[in-house]
Amino acid sequence: MRGQESLDVAKGRRVHVTGFLTSAFTAIRHEAYAHGIQCNINLKMQFMLLFSRQGKLRLQKWYVPLSDTQKKKISREVIQMVLARKPKMCSFLEWRDLKIVYKRYASLYFCCAVEDQENELITLEIIHRYVELLDKYFGSVCELDIIFNFEKAYYILDEFILGGEAQETSKKNVLKAIEQADMMQEEAEAPRSVLEEIGLT
Amino acid sequence: MSPSVRLQEMIRVIRSARTQGEERGIIQRECADIRAQFRQGDNGERSHSLAKLLYVHMLGYPAHFGQMECVRLIASPRYSEKRVGYLGAMMLLDEKQDASLLITNSIKNDLSHSSQFVQSLALCTLACMGSAEMCRDLATEIERLLRASQSYIKKKATLCAVHIIRKVPELTELFTPSARTLLSEKNHGVLHGAVVLITELCERNPDTLDQFRKAVPELVQIMKGLVTSSYSPEHNVAGISDPFLQVRILRLLRILGHKNDTASDAMNDLLAQVATNTDSSKTAGSAVLYETVLTIMDINSESGLRVLAVNILGRFLLNNDRNIRYISMTSLQKIVQTDHNAVQRHRGTIVDCLKDQDTSVKRRALELSLALVSAVNIRSMMKELLIFLSVCPPELRSQTASGIFNAAERYSPSKRWHIDTILHVLTTAGGDVRDETVPNLIQLITTASELHCYTVHKLYRALVKDIAQQPLVQVACWCIGEYGDLLLKGECEEIEPVQVTEDDVLDALETVLQSHMTSPATRGFALTATMKLSTRITDNVDRIRSIVSIYGSCIDLELQQRAVEYNALFKKYDHMRAAVLERMPVMDKNSPGHTNGDTPGEIKEPDTSKPKPVEAGLLIEPASQVCDLLDLLGGTDTPLQPSPAPTSTPTATSSADLLDLLGGLEPTPVPSVSVYEKNGLSLKIQCDKQTETEVTVTLTASNSTQNDITNFTLQAAVPKSVQLQMKAPSGNVIPAHGLGQVTQTVLLNNPNKVSLKMRVRVAYSNQGAIHQDTVQIDSFPSAACQPSVSPL
Repeated sequence: MRGQESLDVAKGRRVHVTGFLTSAFTAIRHEAYAHGIQCNINLKMQFMLLFSRQGKLRLQKWYVPLSDTQKKKISREVIQMVLARKPKMCSFLEWRDLKIVYKRYASLYFCCAVEDQENELITLEIIHRYVELLDKYFGSVCELDIIFNFEKAYYILDEFILGGEAQETSKKNVLKAIEQADMMQEEAEAPRSVLEEIGLT
Repeated sequence: MSPSVRLQEMIRVIRSARTQGEERGIIQRECADIRAQFRQGDNGERSHSLAKLLYVHMLGYPAHFGQMECVRLIASPRYSEKRVGYLGAMMLLDEKQDASLLITNSIKNDLSHSSQFVQSLALCTLACMGSAEMCRDLATEIERLLRASQSYIKKKATLCAVHIIRKVPELTELFTPSARTLLSEKNHGVLHGAVVLITELCERNPDTLDQFRKAVPELVQIMKGLVTSSYSPEHNVAGISDPFLQVRILRLLRILGHKNDTASDAMNDLLAQVATNTDSSKTAGSAVLYETVLTIMDINSESGLRVLAVNILGRFLLNNDRNIRYISMTSLQKIVQTDHNAVQRHRGTIVDCLKDQDTSVKRRALELSLALVSAVNIRSMMKELLIFLSVCPPELRSQTASGIFNAAERYSPSKRWHIDTILHVLTTAGGDVRDETVPNLIQLITTASELHCYTVHKLYRALVKDIAQQPLVQVACWCIGEYGDLLLKGECEEIEPVQVTEDDVLDALETVLQSHMTSPATRGFALTATMKLSTRITDNVDRIRSIVSIYGSCIDLELQQRAVEYNALFKKYDHMRAAVLERMPVMDKNSPGHTNGDTPGEIKEPDTSKPKPVEAGLLIEPASQVCDLLDLLGGTDTPLQPSPAPTSTPTATSSADLLDLLGGLEPTPVPSVSVYEKNGLSLKIQCDKQTETEVTVTLTASNSTQNDITNFTLQAAVPKSVQLQMKAPSGNVIPAHGLGQVTQTVLLNNPNKVSLKMRVRVAYSNQGAIHQDTVQIDSFPSAACQPSVSPL
């Protein structure tokens, strides 16, 4: 169990890392190792991807430091894998040393990569909660909303999940915060456009 | 016109592009536009330009020229610009980019901003992409925010602290005191963050873990409150009050209760309550129940509770929802070692899951089934597993095959059953088994002497039916070669005998030899088998002779060599043929594994060996003269590289070696060979073979110059697998005019019998000048120093 592993690490025993170093995530562990950091980086959620049925990315949020090329490669692989799944199959995939939890809502696939020890069912709930938030915000959300207002989708995600962990478990609070932030944004932008209209800038 | 319309306009235009080329053109124009905007400086349009750039980036186009703009926008006083700037930072910058350090100062300022939304942006960005340096710089700020601010900021600061600890584990002490007080918060968001933070702290430091054990009663209280509370619309998900928080608390309790009786006792009641009262009709409830089960299994819970947990998992197994079945099998896998009997009760359902459509579920079911195999249920389980093997998806085949082999090895009720099972696997999935299966099976067959007849009949039939599966063909050939006489005799109690003539057998072997499906290794097997039959059959020896001679001109080197040697056996050494091709003794599975030279057709000896009762390991080749010679040479009792069939090949070569050995047998004094002569210093070495793998090398240095050599030191290096031990030298001064010598002994242990090489570095002073030189010794002087002669 992960708890035991981590206690072993804390006691100074080395974590035995097996498997090929082709995995970017194992590479991160080894990098940490190389810097003398003895830690089992058990990042809970490593990334979240939203993509269409044709495989076009609509949103990508990464909670691990990776280069652009690595991110592209990983996205391609994961998208291919998930798109190959048949409709009745279970929502969990094993990939490298992570679990991919995905669910399809209409024409969009919502896909999270969590580390192996995570509770997959609660991750499904997190995905569902995010979809509910989008739905409430956009009013019956569809893929086009997310395409044309991608930055808003990010803002909502950032109000719900911070550093890979859920930060607010109340739907109401998240939506309230977004609303207030949006108002602040409008205030910041409004004076400018008024002045522009008058022609004073 | 609202500026964001222009962003949406751009998106519309890009989406309307009909070809990839058209899209690229539009993107290029837009990027040029954006670049121009950036250069213009502050004009209120920057945030929108950056937003456009971020869209372009998401499509996969390069956007690195936006990085500095992100930095600038983050520093802007306007919230709208900050918001996009921070978003851009999270998307375009990561800790590997240098530009990321530039935003540290802005983040620092924004953390103390008057507006909580600006603070929130800074916290979010730090938690998403903060590097170790940034975290170190800002840790105290975060700690302050943990204590002083309102819940909105507190919850974010808590998760930020979690990120900091992950990046810089040394900072755990900084956050430990505040984490404790956070548990008394009422706000669920903060509470959730606090539990995550405490979990992280406990996982990194066992002392902190002890400290937080005192918080178990508090956590139990909070959990009870959640489970028994009345309906709260704010946190309710499908009838469960805040499942996210519940799962987190349960996980923390798991860590705190692990291997600790007091803590485990304190949470027993709670866990029982949650396990019985949680409604698992929807995913939220199942998630909580699942976490409860994991916690129960991991702490020192009482047995009643454990039984409850296993039953819950059993219920999950019967659930219609595939996800639930999958996770139940995952958890059953974890507890199958400790609660074996409890899991055995659900064996039937698990075996049914083997027939599920989903590969993930199949994989889980396979692993669990293999773990559940025991001496009691081996026959029925094996039936199911074999059926599964014939229909399973290709990616699971090799795992299934090796699982079946392991199970068969541990629990087979009889030798015959074991052999049958292995044959069945080889016929169905021969291409996916591991290399060591063939030698393992051969070894197994030799030990089951009463079944030789049965085995060879079965294998012959399998061979006649189909020669596509290489491992099967290899084993079949070997058996036919060894036990061909039993096959031809035709009598066998276990199966109906079939009349097999010598021609039939030779036909079968020839088909194998000539088929294009056969691999070179298999051909080797077939050729050797044909040769062995020459002593077991009476009529068709000529036919064998002709087959063998044909292959004397084969392009494949291995086959050619074998054929030539067998030919020699027929011609020059016919008197030895019977002895050489005698039936093999039972093989010792413990023999050290090795690869026999460079012959490609060789099968590797299995490295992992379970001790099997076997007659004392004998040298394979029964030719007794050879035995004696080896003894004379200092050969030991351990079997000299016993390997399965293929290496009966070198029989002919050994005959040749025999003659050489006979030549080199006169006991000669071990020669001392000079390896280095320079500047008057000469170095000689002398080898002595102590055992099979150990050699003593004596280095002798002498000095023919006018002056003494002082500070003489030797250093030696050997290939990796060889162990070296240098004894103390006799001195470090070599007198002049060859009046004296310095000797040093080096013990070498060569377990892998690689060719011995040594590099020696000499360092000395002569007439005040320091000399240093290196000598490479590639071949050692006497035959005694060579690794053992190739197997006989």
